[in-house]
Parts: sequence; C-alpha cells; structure tokens
Amino acid sequence: MSPLLQLRGVSTWFETPAGAVRAVDDVDLTLVAGRSLGLVGESGSGKSVLSRTIMRLLPPNAKVSGEVIFEGRNLLSLPRREARRLWGAEISMVFQDPMTSLNPVVRVGRQLTESMRLHLDITRREAQRQAQDLLAQLGIPEPGRRMRGYPHELSGGMRQRVSIAAALACSPQILIADEPTTALDVTIQRQILDLLGRLRADRGMAMMLITHDLGVVAGRTDDLAVMYGGRIVESGPTKVLFRTPRHPYTAALLASLPRIGARKHARLETIPGLPPTVIDPRGCCFAPRCQYATTECQQEEPMLGEPDESGQRFACFHPIDAVTSVTAGAGGEQ
Amino acid sequence: MSADVASLEPEARPLLEVEHLVVEHHLPGGARVHAVSDVSLTLQRGETLGLVGESGCGKSSIARSILMLRPPNSGSVRLNGEELVGIGPARLRELRSQMLIIFQDPISSLNPRRTVRSIVAEGLVIQGRPLPHKELVDQTLRDVGLDPDAVGGRRPHELSGGQCQRVAIARALVLQPALLVCDEAVSALDVSVRAQILNLLEDLRERLGLTLLFISHDLAVVNAVSDRVAIMYLGKICELAPVDAIYGDPQHPYTHGLLEAIPQPDPDIPLAPLELVGETASPIDPPSGCRFRTRCPRAEALCAADEPLLRPLTDGHYVACHFPGPTHSFSMIQTGTTGDDSTGA
Repeated sequence: MSPLLQLRGVSTWFETPAGAVRAVDDVDLTLVAGRSLGLVGESGSGKSVLSRTIMRLLPPNAKVSGEVIFEGRNLLSLPRREARRLWGAEISMVFQDPMTSLNPVVRVGRQLTESMRLHLDITRREAQRQAQDLLAQLGIPEPGRRMRGYPHELSGGMRQRVSIAAALACSPQILIADEPTTALDVTIQRQILDLLGRLRADRGMAMMLITHDLGVVAGRTDDLAVMYGGRIVESGPTKVLFRTPRHPYTAALLASLPRIGARKHARLETIPGLPPTVIDPRGCCFAPRCQYATTECQQEEPMLGEPDESGQRFACFHPIDAVTSVTAGAGGEQ
Repeated sequence: MSADVASLEPEARPLLEVEHLVVEHHLPGGARVHAVSDVSLTLQRGETLGLVGESGCGKSSIARSILMLRPPNSGSVRLNGEELVGIGPARLRELRSQMLIIFQDPISSLNPRRTVRSIVAEGLVIQGRPLPHKELVDQTLRDVGLDPDAVGGRRPHELSGGQCQRVAIARALVLQPALLVCDEAVSALDVSVRAQILNLLEDLRERLGLTLLFISHDLAVVNAVSDRVAIMYLGKICELAPVDAIYGDPQHPYTHGLLEAIPQPDPDIPLAPLELVGETASPIDPPSGCRFRTRCPRAEALCAADEPLLRPLTDGHYVACHFPGPTHSFSMIQTGTTGDDSTGA
C-alpha cells in the first residue's frame, strides 16, 4: 500500500472579473501503486481541473497551491524541463475526445513512436515494432496499415484505442483517464473499459479514472473519491462507498440513478436545487441542497475526517446513519 | 414483407401509426446512407414508447421524419388517422401544434436573443391563438417548475442547463400537444438534474395524458419511463416489446449485448463477458441479410443470405432474428428484475 502519487492541499483557482473561481479546493488524495482510483463528480465539480492540475495542463490564468508528490518530488514546482521527463514516461493521460487529443495531420505511427524515441533510448525501427505490437494488443485490426494512416480514417472507438496506445507507449506507472469513454457508444465503452482494466492489471499500473458516471467506476475501481464544488466530500474503497455512503451528497447521487429492473414509471429520488457556484464559497458547499443541513453547515466548512476502519472518509457534520445523534449539538455556533 | 405491426396492436385506433418508413440521406459523391429502412411502429394514446440504439442507428432520423421536419423517402405516417406524408404546408402547420419535439441540447435549441416568456409564447403566436398569452405562458412555466416572475424575463444564457430544458418542455406543452417526441432530452444533463427532468416528464405525462416517443441511447433511463421499448440497429428495429420483456427476457442478441454493456452502478454485479464483438457496420453499405450479423455471436450462413423480419414471438414481443432466445450469461439482468414480472403486459 505504498502511495505512488500524493496530493496535499491542492487548490486551483481562476481569476475572473466576477471574482476568484475556486475550481479545486484543498484536495488531499492518494493514488496507491497498482491500484485504480475512481474520481466522480457532476459537471463543474472540479474533477477535470484536478487532473489537469496534476499534469500542469492549465490555462495561464489559473493559480495553483499545494503539493503533488511523485517519487519524493513536487510535480507542481518541478522545473518544466524535468517535469517533461516524467510526462508520458511515468505519468500519462487519456482524454475524452480522441479527435482533439490526436494530431490530425500526423500519421498514427509517428504519434505513437514520438514519445518512445524521446523517453526510451531506442531506434526508430525498434519503436515502430513496439508501437505495432501495442496496437495489436489494443485490438486494432491491421496495425501495420493503421500506423501509416491518419486519425480521421479511424472510428471513434479505434481512435480512443490509439490514444490509449499513445499514453501507454512508454509503460508509465500512472495513467490518468479523464472521461475516456464518455464520447463513445455503450458497447464500445464497454470494450474500452474492459481493455483499460486488462492492461492495468497486466502492467501493474496505477490508474485514476475520472467520470461523471457512477456505473463506470462501480465494478472497475478499487477506491473512489466523490467531488462536489471543488472538494472531495467522500472517499474510500469503492464497494464501501456504494454500500454505505455516509455523505448525503453521495447517497443522493446514488439514489437519483435510474436502474435497470426498476418498477415501470416509478419516480426517481431527486436532489433539489442546482449545482453550486464556486465563487466565494462559505460553509459546506452542499448545504443549500442538503436535507440534513443546519446553521453549522452554512457557517463552517466540514473537513474530510480521518479514515474509519474500512478506510472511508467523509466531510460532513451530519453523516447518514449518525444524523439523529449529532443534531443535538448543532446550531449552537453562530 | 415485414410484419404488419399496426394490425397486430389492440383494437383502439393508435395516435401514431408509422408504416414502412424509409429515410435515406445523400452524401456528396452519390453515396446514400440508409438511415431508416422499412420501420413500422405504433403509439397508443397515453403510452410511452422508448426508442433505443447507438449513434447512427437512425433513431433521430425517425423522429425528424415522423414530425415531417425531414419528410421520409417513402412510407406512411398517420397522426390520428390522418396521413402526414405529402400533406399540404397549411394543414401541416396546423397539425404541428399536435406533435412537438424536445432536443438534446437545451441551450442551442432556444433562441439566445429572446426572453423565456417570448420563447414559450412563440408557438401560440404562430398558431394564431387568441391574445393575451401571458397567463397561459406563466401557468405553463409554473407547470414545469419554473417561477415565471423570476425567469420569465431572462434569456437562455442566464439559466442553467436543467432550467433551459424546462423552458423547452414548456414551449412544447403550451400548445397542448397529443404527441411529444423527446430526442435524447436528458442526455446532456447532470445526474441530479436528469432525475428532476425525468420526474417532471412523468408527472406531465400522467396529468395531461401525453403520448411520448422517448428516444435515448441510455437503457437505464428508457427503463424508467417506457411502457414499450424498440431497439434499433443500423436503421431497423431488431426487437420491440413491453419494457419488462425487453429487460427481463430479451430475445435478440443485440439487445443482450446492449444490456450487458450498460455500466451498472453496483459494484456487486459481476461484469459478464461482453459477447458482442467489433463495431457497427457502415450504414452506407450495410451487410447483406441481417445487418447485425457482423457483430453477432450467433450468426450463421443463413443470417448472411436471408434478412430476418420483425415477427411476433409472443403477445406483443417482436424480434427480427433467425435464432432468438435468452442467453446463459444473463445473471445480472435476472437479479435486477426479480419480482417485476407482474407488471408485464
């Protein structure tokens, strides 16, 4: 259980005319070697900004504080030249839209061999051989011919396979996949997720899987972190979070999912209100939509607590199951 | 020819009858895309029919040609028994208030320069309904859960995605349509907002007796709202059945594949191996015989030679497959539907 990547107090904010938008707010997160971590949240929760913070792919108006520790070094303060040795070689990323992450005017083969030639001291011929093997492993028919083609000649599913191949070309220790299957059809999504799972297991690679879809992380990640309003509101082993969510947001999110086999025309549980604005947040960001919220929640920000025996952590004054016992002490602080 | 679905339905005249619908799109260079190939379906009054398929299967083309937004190349569409194909523009305009559509992207489907009240009132103006419209418009906004005084004067960019979708629903409902087509109407929304909109649609359907054609790629959402479900693949319906039969007793191998592929939000459901191989074939040059055969684990020589027609298997359950049947690797669906069979038609 050695931590491979450790985020400590990471905050990312953007200066806008309306004020500072705090997209990521004081996030602590640990990725363990060889394990997979799911990061779920709705749009605007900060999950994509967090992944881009780790990879230093933010626009110039972004401000970042905190530490991202990899092999004893802080990736956020590392000189670019040194950081570049890690990107692609040790930490790689797969994006949602393979059409924009692949270069449309460069042949598939060169997009794969480029990083190999840069990071691994090998000949062009050897890189090409490895790239072709990799495409075959990823289930791409006629890999030799595909290497000479361009991304636009491929279907969406095949393109995503190519961008996964590009990310894995140098056998990184960490793969960050940001909504890797959101743009794909459900049967192709299933193929790609199966593929990612298999490759991860074969290579002993750690993976951070970022998605809005709780179904995608359910059977495929060891650990789970739920983001809301830029903060991690709950984290722990995936099975534990699905079975006994303690944070009201996690519980409400799970209850609002339509499920296969539900009664016909049954109404879904809903979360009232709208997702939060992250300008000048105060107190718990879920409080305005939370049925258990008290004055305390509006005044004070609940911190992510210490993990319990199952490894679960939550940032809530009135967690599920403990609501009745806690309310007595609430409301006194003004 | 393909099974005459209309004649097999219950006796009362359906609200919508679609027969042998064909929609082809022309590509530059002379190629033709067979978006919809000989599709027949009916909608009873007050019923919700879910239409499911992956991108490019023709589900949106069906929606657009039923509404004559893109008239079909051939076939028949009857609303209340009245033929819409080849109808004159004046009569079509009158009938438009009877059949309306909600699109996927609520923000781009609303005019950004107009206020919410004027967007919702526009249909009334076009239909020449007697003035004033304000009271009806405000009441409709309240019906979809919006406060007319708070949002009535705002423009779409000042609203959230969920609020915009409520405005789009209000714009359709204000004309009191008989048929409402939802084309991926909740696909762009966040989980928590999606549940709100789905519940709203269900409430409105119940209260106003709406008939819904609910198009979606999301099988879990379709499960929640539909009475019957049609599964489409490459321009054809491959299975059509009451919702419990589709999810509890699927017969077509493509339906099996789709259900297996759904990411289930439950870590205790084991991931059954996906039997479906490859990707959807090209709609420009679809495979001979059964269009699904290139991905089908059950395909045999017969499937390449002969196209399977949509035929009734049991009462109300239609399948277009030479080798229909349940599959052994289906434990996850069985656990999901235990005790639900009583609601079957």
